Amino acid sequence: MAVLSDLDRQDAASQGARLRPTGAARAIARAEAVAGYALAAPAFLLIVALIMVPTLGVFVIAVTDWQFGARTLNFVGLENFRELIGDATFRAALVNTLLYVAVTVPATLGLGLGIALLIEGGRSFRAFYRAAHFLPVMATLAAMAITWEALLHPTIGLINQMLGDLGLPQPNWLRDRHLVLPTLMAIGTWQNLGLAMVLFLAGLKAIPQDLYDAADVDGADGWLDRLMTVTLPMLGPVTMFVTIIMALRAFEVFDTVRVLTQGGPGDASETLLHTLYVESFEYFRTGYGAAVTLVFLAIVIALTLTQARVMDKRVHYS
Amino acid sequence: MRHRRRRARPMASVVLSRIGKRFGETVAVADVSLEVGEGEFLTLLGPSGCGKSTLLRIIAGLEPQTEGSVAIAGTVADRLRPKQRDVAMVFQSYALYPHMSVAQNLGTPLRMRQLSQSQRLPLVGRLMPGSRVKRREIDATVREVATALEIDPLLHRRPSQLSGGQRQRVAVGRALVRRPKVFLMDEPLSNLDAKLRVQMRAELKELHRRLAITFIYVTHDQSEAMTLSDRVAVMMDGELLQVAPPKSIYAQPADVRVAAFVGSPKINLLDGVAGADGTVTVAGAVLACGHDLTPGAKVTVGLRPESLSIVEPGRSGTIGGTVRVVEHLGADLFVHLEVPGAVAPVIVRADPIEHDGLDYGASVAVTPRSGAALLFDTGGKRITPGDRIAAFPAARSGSA
Repeated sequence: MAVLSDLDRQDAASQGARLRPTGAARAIARAEAVAGYALAAPAFLLIVALIMVPTLGVFVIAVTDWQFGARTLNFVGLENFRELIGDATFRAALVNTLLYVAVTVPATLGLGLGIALLIEGGRSFRAFYRAAHFLPVMATLAAMAITWEALLHPTIGLINQMLGDLGLPQPNWLRDRHLVLPTLMAIGTWQNLGLAMVLFLAGLKAIPQDLYDAADVDGADGWLDRLMTVTLPMLGPVTMFVTIIMALRAFEVFDTVRVLTQGGPGDASETLLHTLYVESFEYFRTGYGAAVTLVFLAIVIALTLTQARVMDKRVHYS
Repeated sequence: MRHRRRRARPMASVVLSRIGKRFGETVAVADVSLEVGEGEFLTLLGPSGCGKSTLLRIIAGLEPQTEGSVAIAGTVADRLRPKQRDVAMVFQSYALYPHMSVAQNLGTPLRMRQLSQSQRLPLVGRLMPGSRVKRREIDATVREVATALEIDPLLHRRPSQLSGGQRQRVAVGRALVRRPKVFLMDEPLSNLDAKLRVQMRAELKELHRRLAITFIYVTHDQSEAMTLSDRVAVMMDGELLQVAPPKSIYAQPADVRVAAFVGSPKINLLDGVAGADGTVTVAGAVLACGHDLTPGAKVTVGLRPESLSIVEPGRSGTIGGTVRVVEHLGADLFVHLEVPGAVAPVIVRADPIEHDGLDYGASVAVTPRSGAALLFDTGGKRITPGDRIAAFPAARSGSA
C-alpha cells in the first residue's frame, strides 16, 4: 500500500513540475509495486489462514450450540455467555487462574532475578547453576508433572517421607482443597523460574560497568543502593518483557492441572484453560468452549495492552 | 605554556608509592611512584593500553592494586572504598544514570552521603523525619552547580535528551557537586567532536583555575595533555617514563618513547654511531657532538621536524635525501625525505614560501639546528640530559 501511494505521489509531484514520467519510469514503478505485494503475500496469507480465520471461527461458534462432530447447529445468541456467568465451575476457574497468575508471576520474577544476581555475582560454577535452573524450562512439563506426582504422593512420596522423619504433618498435597492450588503455584514457579533467570542474566550482562563504577564513586556502594540506583532501573525493559511472558505463561496453566488434579478436588484447582479443554473435548460442548476461549482471549489481550501501555513509559529511557 | 611556578609543592594531594597491577600474567602497571601536588593539574598521557586508565581506577579505588600504596590528602587510602576517598570521577562514557533527570543525576552523590538509608527509600523516604530539609539543601546545591556550568535549563531532562557536550557538563557537575579533594577524569573529551573538544578543553582549564583542587586527567591526546597540564606523566607499557611540565616533556624527553609519542609530526629517529672527538655519524653525515662517547657506540639521534632546515645538497655535515611527499598545511610545509640508511622517511618542517618550488623527486639536504639533536642510548634512555651535541657546521655554539 505504502509503496504504491508513495509512487503515486512521486508521479503527481513530477507531473506538477512538468517533468512527465516516461513510459519506462512508470513501468518500473508498477513492477516495484507488484513485487512489493508479491513479497508480502505469503506472510499475509499465513496470518489470514492461521490466525484471522480461526479467530473468526471461534467468534461464530461461540454464538451457536454446536457440539464437536455434530452435523447441525443452532444460533443461540449470547446464551453460552449467560450460562458462563451462572456456571460455578467457570467462576472457580476464573478466580483460581487470576490467583495463580497473581502469585506465580511475582514469585517467578523475584526468585528469577535473585538467582540471576547470585549467579552473576559469584565466580564459580556459573554455567552449572545456569543449566541447573534452566533445565525445568526445557523439560516437558507433562513428564515433569508425573515426577512431581511421585514426589508429592501422600504416603510414599519423598516430600512427605522427609516431613515425617522431621516429625511434621504429612498433608495430601494434591487432594486437599486448600493446598492443591498453592502446590500447583509452586510447581509453576519452579518451572518458569529458569526462563526468567536466563532473561535477567542477559539483561544484567548488558548493564555497562561504568554505571556501577560511577555509583561506587557517588557513594551508592551498598547492595541495596546499587540495586536501586543501577541494577533495577537498567533492567526495566527486561523486567517488562519477563513480566508479560510470565503472565501469559501463567494464564496458560494447563499441563500440571491436567496430569495432577484434573481440576479437583471439586473445583479447587480448576483453571480457565482446563475448563475450556474439558468443555470442548470431553463434553464436546464446542460452542460453550468457544465462549470460554473468548473470555480467555479478552483477558490476555487486555493484560498485554495495559502492561505495555503502563510499563513502556517507565522503562525506556531513550 | 602557563604552568604554575610552584616547584616546592606545599602538600602532596595524591601520593603513589610503587604501585603495581597485574591481571593474571599481564602487567598493567609496573612500579609507578608519583606525587601529585595540591591543586595541581596532572595528566597521565600514553597510548591506549599503557595502563593509565588502570592507574586512575586504582587511585579512585575502583580497582585494587597488586602492589604498592595510594595516599590521598595525607591518608593511606588502600583499604578505603571509593566513596571514602573523597575523589570524584568523570568517565569517558559519562556514565550518567539514564533513568534519572539531570537534577537527579547531579544530586545522587549528595543523596547517598547526606540522606540516611531510610531517607533514601523510594516514596516513603520523603516522609522520614529530617528528609525534607536535607532534600531542599541538596536541591539548592544542585541548582547552584547547574547554574555555574550553565546547564540549569536542562535540569528536568533525561541524559538521552542531551547533546554530547551537555552530557559531558552534567558528568562534570555530578563530580563537582560535593566538592571532592581530587578530581579524576578518564578521557572525558574523547567522545566529543573536534570543535567541541577544544571548547571544553578551555572550560576545563578555567574550571581548574577557579576551583584550585587537584585534577588527575587521563588522555591519549597529546594536545590535551600539553595545553591543560601543570605536569604531564607519560606512561607506556605500564611504566611511568617521565613526569615533567609540558615544555620539558617536549624539549627534554627522558626516553626515546616519550620523544616518539609527543610531538606531531613525529620526531625523526635515526641510527647513529659515535666517532672520535665526540662526533656522531648519522645517515652519512658527521655531526659534531658536545660530549664524550665511546667511539663505535651505537646511539639513536632524535631530530624534531622543526629543528631541521633544508640547505643546499652536498655540504658537509648535512643529511642528503630525496623528496617523496610534500604536505601543504597553509602555515607549514611538511617535506618527507627518503634518506639512504634510514628506515622511516625523515620529516622536515619548512617555510611554505621559501620552499614553494619543492617537488617530488628533488634532491635536498637537511641540517639540524644547533643544539637541537637529542641522543638516546640503545636502551632508549636519553644520554646525559642537558648536554647537547652541536651540529656541524657549528657556526653558533650550542646553547639552550
